[in-house]
Amino acid sequence: MIIVKNLCKKFENDIFVLKGISYHIKTGEKIVVVGPSGSGKSTFLRCLNLLERPTEGEIWFEGRQISGPGTDRKKTDIRLVRMRMGMVFQNFHLFNNLTVMDNITLAPIKTGLMNKTEASENALRLLERVGLKEKANVYPSRLSGGQKQRIAIVRSLAMNPRVMLFDEPTSALDPEMVGEVLDVMKDLAESGMTMAVVTHEMGFAREVGTKVLFMDDGNIVEENTPAEFFGNPQSARLKEFLSKVL
Amino acid sequence: MWDKFEAAFITADRWKLYFGGLGVTLQISFFAGILGLLIGTVLALMKLSVRWNGKKTVFTVIANIYIDIIRGTPSVLQLMIMYFAIMANNNNKVLIAVLSFGINSGAYVAEIIRAGILAVDKGQTEAGHSLGLTRGQTMVHVVIPQAVKNVLPPIGNEFIVLLKETAIVGYVGLSDLTRIANQIASRTYEAFTPLIISAMIYFIIIKILTILLGKLERRLRQSDNR
Ligand SMILES: Nc1ncnc2c1ncn2[C@@H]1O[C@H](COP(=O)(O)OP(=O)(O)OP(=O)(O)O)[C@@H](O)[C@H]1O
Ligand SMILES: [Mg+2]
Repeated sequence: MIIVKNLCKKFENDIFVLKGISYHIKTGEKIVVVGPSGSGKSTFLRCLNLLERPTEGEIWFEGRQISGPGTDRKKTDIRLVRMRMGMVFQNFHLFNNLTVMDNITLAPIKTGLMNKTEASENALRLLERVGLKEKANVYPSRLSGGQKQRIAIVRSLAMNPRVMLFDEPTSALDPEMVGEVLDVMKDLAESGMTMAVVTHEMGFAREVGTKVLFMDDGNIVEENTPAEFFGNPQSARLKEFLSKVL
Repeated sequence: MWDKFEAAFITADRWKLYFGGLGVTLQISFFAGILGLLIGTVLALMKLSVRWNGKKTVFTVIANIYIDIIRGTPSVLQLMIMYFAIMANNNNKVLIAVLSFGINSGAYVAEIIRAGILAVDKGQTEAGHSLGLTRGQTMVHVVIPQAVKNVLPPIGNEFIVLLKETAIVGYVGLSDLTRIANQIASRTYEAFTPLIISAMIYFIIIKILTILLGKLERRLRQSDNR
């Protein structure tokens, strides 16, 4: 589904954040990315949907190259790529000026994916699935953090994406709201969605992940099944990291 | 005391002159305000335009030069240059004043609008892009509606400043509220009373505008937690 080859990212101020990442996310997989703060996890996810421009390396999505030398610029419309890759942010980023319903239907309508009726029916169906149907006509400022994040997930799902990227979706939440968001994500995982999740929730990584990646200093240092990853860590750096977070 | 007031306001229906002058002042302010808003919006968007690689565009440079020149020169001079040089062949003085003040105000409005757009959380734009919306769609449906709320109060203040600035149109022979006071003074040989009357009219108009602006601001703040 997504193939990354030697992905590098250097910011303008010469901070070298990604130092050659190669990875293949296969259809239906749930990749969980963990690692210390500043190791480049967010930047990695944001390169996948081209919110950040990689400085080197290639990205392929559904058999087509979307970044790197050799990309057919005429044929690859970044918008089409982003329409099929949902992204959920740490701070939700719901559109403050729009109701929940309009938040969810804006993109499907404006990108021409659905007409108004289809979009709102789809939105109500998804809202029902996360138990927030009664919030359809409310503005984001009236929602709790957990509710906001569930709506943000719905907003991404409304585009019928092939893959969902989550960047620390529960890190900005009060502890009692983490569960409701993780439940929605587990539900989504069970439905077969391909997912890439950056998180500090090790329980989630163990339970839902098909693969867990450890990122440190711009590299993928270790990659394994959850059982091996947590039960039998190889590198010293991962051992040290796990001893701190578990 | 009363004699002076009578001479300055009532004799020969002089009060009509003040309201005529007020009419000129308001007319120039209103149309210059609208022109300033249009120019300011265009300049702000020009200033914010960046290329895909994050570099400034030629539009940014043009907008910066415009703003620099306008802010770096006195508005009286701008008005006189418009009147005596650029539009010397035109004798519609109100139009000349509207253009001059509109062009001037646009530079200040541009900075207000730019700041208002930048104050909208970058995450809003990123969320729009991540859903496949174009930059234009994200601007129109998400960023600008939020920016409008940020800019309405300072734009209102800018309009009040503009209204007071128009007091210099006497330099090009327009009989606005300020010049009328002078003209009456030269007829009654007493300056204090007509000047104070004009000042009071300005004050009342601006007080009303300030109150309306305060109401608007409160309304906007309420809609933040609707
Ligand atoms: N736009 C930017 N410009 C310059 N440097 C940046 C930018 N974004 C991120 N960085 C730097 O890149 C490094 C990696 O950032 P990134 O956000 O990818 O880390 P992270 O692993 O997600 O960390 P965290 O767990 O704190 O979210 C950090 O040192 C950060 O300061
Ligand atoms: Mg991060």
